[in-house]
Amino acid sequence: MERRIAEDLIDGQLSWPQLKEIIFHSKDPDRFQVVMDVLRERLGWQEPVLLPLAEHLYVVQKGTERVVRCDCGYEFGDCQENWKTKARVFVRNDESLLRELYPLMMHSDPEWMELREFYCPGCFALLEVEAVPPGYPVLFDFQPDIDGFYEWMGLPLPSSASE
Amino acid sequence: MDVAKRDVGRAPIGWDGKTLLEMLEESERLFQETGRYQGIDQLELKEGDHFRYERAFAKLRGALVAARETALHISASPIVRNIGELCFALYTPEGDSVAVSTGIMVHVHTMSEALKWMVRNNYEQDPGIRSGDIFTSNDPDVGNVHTADVHTMVPIFWEDELVGWASGVTHQVDIGANTPGHDPITPTSRFEDGFHLTCERIGEDEHIRQDHRLRSQRAVRSPLYWDLDEKCRTAGAYLIRDAVHRFIAEEGIDYYKRFTREVVEEGRRIFMARVRERLLPGRYRAVTFVGIPFKEEAWQPRARKDFICHAPMEIVIGRDGDFFLTMEGASAPGFHAFNCAEGPMQGAIWVLLSQMLVYDGKLNDGSYLALRHYFPPGTWCNALDPQLSYSTPWAFLIPAFTGLTRCLSRALFARGYREEVVCGYGFTGDAIQGGGTLALNGEYWPAANFEISAVGLGASAVHDGLDWGYAMWNPESDQGDAELWELLEIGIPYLARRVKANTAGYGKYRGGSGWEALRVLVGNRDAELYMARADGITFMGSGIFGGYPQATSYRLWSRGSEIMDRVSKGQPYPLGDEPDSGEFEEMLGGDVMRRSTAMMMPQIFHDKDVLHYVLSGGPGCGDPLERPAQRVVDDMNEGIFNERIARDVFGVVASRDEGQDKWILDEEATDARRQEIRRLRAERSLPYEEFWQQERQRIEQGQLAEPVRGMLRESMGLSEAWAQEFRAFWKLPEGFQP
Repeated sequence: MERRIAEDLIDGQLSWPQLKEIIFHSKDPDRFQVVMDVLRERLGWQEPVLLPLAEHLYVVQKGTERVVRCDCGYEFGDCQENWKTKARVFVRNDESLLRELYPLMMHSDPEWMELREFYCPGCFALLEVEAVPPGYPVLFDFQPDIDGFYEWMGLPLPSSASE
Repeated sequence: MDVAKRDVGRAPIGWDGKTLLEMLEESERLFQETGRYQGIDQLELKEGDHFRYERAFAKLRGALVAARETALHISASPIVRNIGELCFALYTPEGDSVAVSTGIMVHVHTMSEALKWMVRNNYEQDPGIRSGDIFTSNDPDVGNVHTADVHTMVPIFWEDELVGWASGVTHQVDIGANTPGHDPITPTSRFEDGFHLTCERIGEDEHIRQDHRLRSQRAVRSPLYWDLDEKCRTAGAYLIRDAVHRFIAEEGIDYYKRFTREVVEEGRRIFMARVRERLLPGRYRAVTFVGIPFKEEAWQPRARKDFICHAPMEIVIGRDGDFFLTMEGASAPGFHAFNCAEGPMQGAIWVLLSQMLVYDGKLNDGSYLALRHYFPPGTWCNALDPQLSYSTPWAFLIPAFTGLTRCLSRALFARGYREEVVCGYGFTGDAIQGGGTLALNGEYWPAANFEISAVGLGASAVHDGLDWGYAMWNPESDQGDAELWELLEIGIPYLARRVKANTAGYGKYRGGSGWEALRVLVGNRDAELYMARADGITFMGSGIFGGYPQATSYRLWSRGSEIMDRVSKGQPYPLGDEPDSGEFEEMLGGDVMRRSTAMMMPQIFHDKDVLHYVLSGGPGCGDPLERPAQRVVDDMNEGIFNERIARDVFGVVASRDEGQDKWILDEEATDARRQEIRRLRAERSLPYEEFWQQERQRIEQGQLAEPVRGMLRESMGLSEAWAQEFRAFWKLPEGFQP
């Protein structure tokens, strides 16, 4: 994929006909590298970015540690730990808080299900929303096997380049 | 009696003198030993002559699609004829799908399960499998989702050998359950699920037996539709059989046999390659819940219970590309219509992976063989009890599999394939079901609307979800014309269909929007009607990366409305419902019922009663505050969001230009509002530790609602692993019960 197209893709600037072309064709094997090049340049961090984890969140090689970092710079700590445990949390667990977002009767019964909003403590971007019954454990959505992935891709881990 | 061992001395019909059971056992053994379908190492035909191989696949695939497109015209049911709720597939003698048509593909694998059930129960000996036989099945415990989906399976012989099966499925308007309709919600056991056919031979010598026709037409409320649907499936299967005969005549029997083996193995390899190409190793988790408030409303004593279906999903992808899906921790089955057998869960994996990963590959049971799964026995998703009700497993299955989309989307996003992300889909339910009787001539009309197959798709990470146009179980979903449904549901014409504001899940990229309809009863003696959506008091899944779940549904109707007076006076009537406005109540009058539970048990309605329903939107992706403000204003102008939601969720302020009849963005006010919302986030949110303490306190002090406690106890009782994880997360003592 051309870098220019990758930039537009990341920015959500491609029209549906353009996206359809991309979806219809075979996947470009270099996509990961092209997208990572764009992201790394935009983030401008000295430490190597290993993987985009979610909107705003990246796994970064920081010395011997792999940490989750928001694009605002806030660090959530070790990527083996759930980043949500370092987030700010707002729980919509009563009628009035749910009604702030949804019309009458078009939301859950708060006794049966609450909305948990996880914000970045640095920039207060909304990073994830959980819709779960009260008392349900916080979900650890994604634990990538980064070493395994780079092995798959036949790519050197950026950490070795930086050390 | 051990049926499988019964032998009445028929000669084997499998390949090279083997029985079908021997072929199936050998196939499974070879797969177990080698990890490859039939132990195939080299794709000799493919590597030997690519063009011939690809042409051969195109011939079979083309025959299947042509069979579907031709056969559907035999049906009279709009569900089949116009919406295309049918599908055909070609199987190996052991029951593995080789190629499939378009259509309701979720059933390709359930038909495979039914065929294998026949092989394992030694149908080869009793009742025998002969050229010209026709078998039919709709038993969910054997290989189906629910009784309303009926499978017809025709053996394909070449000389004295069975070379495969041609099978077709159609979705019935009515299946003779304890209430009219195709997704009944009142059954509590098999004995209320309607007409069951458990892999029965219904025809011989290419002729459907009269005793079966008489019996089946007396077993359902819509015999005409049943009869023509059965002919449609049978004709489609014969078209496929004939195409296979032509194929063998052209290519030779040896080529056909080897080809059908290789192409399944290739399907498996394509899936494995897609996993490596698009995903990444690691552990993925998602969870979905369905709240069922039946304590007050259920018909039968055993069913009167408020409860929550717990659908946890974990996917682990190994460095070797191994794909393992487990639902460890799922809650229990019960006395309700939403239990699910393992087969439909396998079918659901297959149909979603065919849309997310292998849509351009060779689609067959190879994809199914390429992954491992665990649906815990004795839970709602592998109930293992044929006497339970399986009338509407969709109510749990559809929400549960939004977890698969979220899990895969995290991988697709990380790999840079953002255009492939899809964070879920809407619930395909809520249109009216039941039936009525016309006052004029006493004629029965069924209500079995399939406009449910057009709900909102979840957002991707680069664009909004598809509006009102998606069904997870049929990639070719279609809403159907209102006029068409009125031909079927003649006693309840439409007053309106329109976009339902605020049903699209909020996000930087919004989910696809849902829509709503209003219907009025006219010209009836009476009608027994019900409506059902799984997401009434619980959200169906969630969004991803900060996107919100789509709005839930609610129930609204007016008995004895003033609609006819308004029409006769030429006065306007509502074209939908804005819950916050009270317009529906004001304009229609009558005895209005508005409530948040989305399941409405069957009730008798009369002329002038008006019923309203909402078809679901899809969930959103990303923080709604990051949605470009002008796009939100465009949404407002298209009726997707109203002014309040734009302001309070997206932080977008717009003013109304009455001259141009549209909303205009107020950039300054939008900036201020978005800053205000960010400030609110900072003020109202808690550090994680405080949140954790508060939630834990609720558990410890027994402050959870009974359905929540019941769900937690149920899952902890069924899975020690899940119980330990729950206690460890909240640091609760050993043996603690919520």
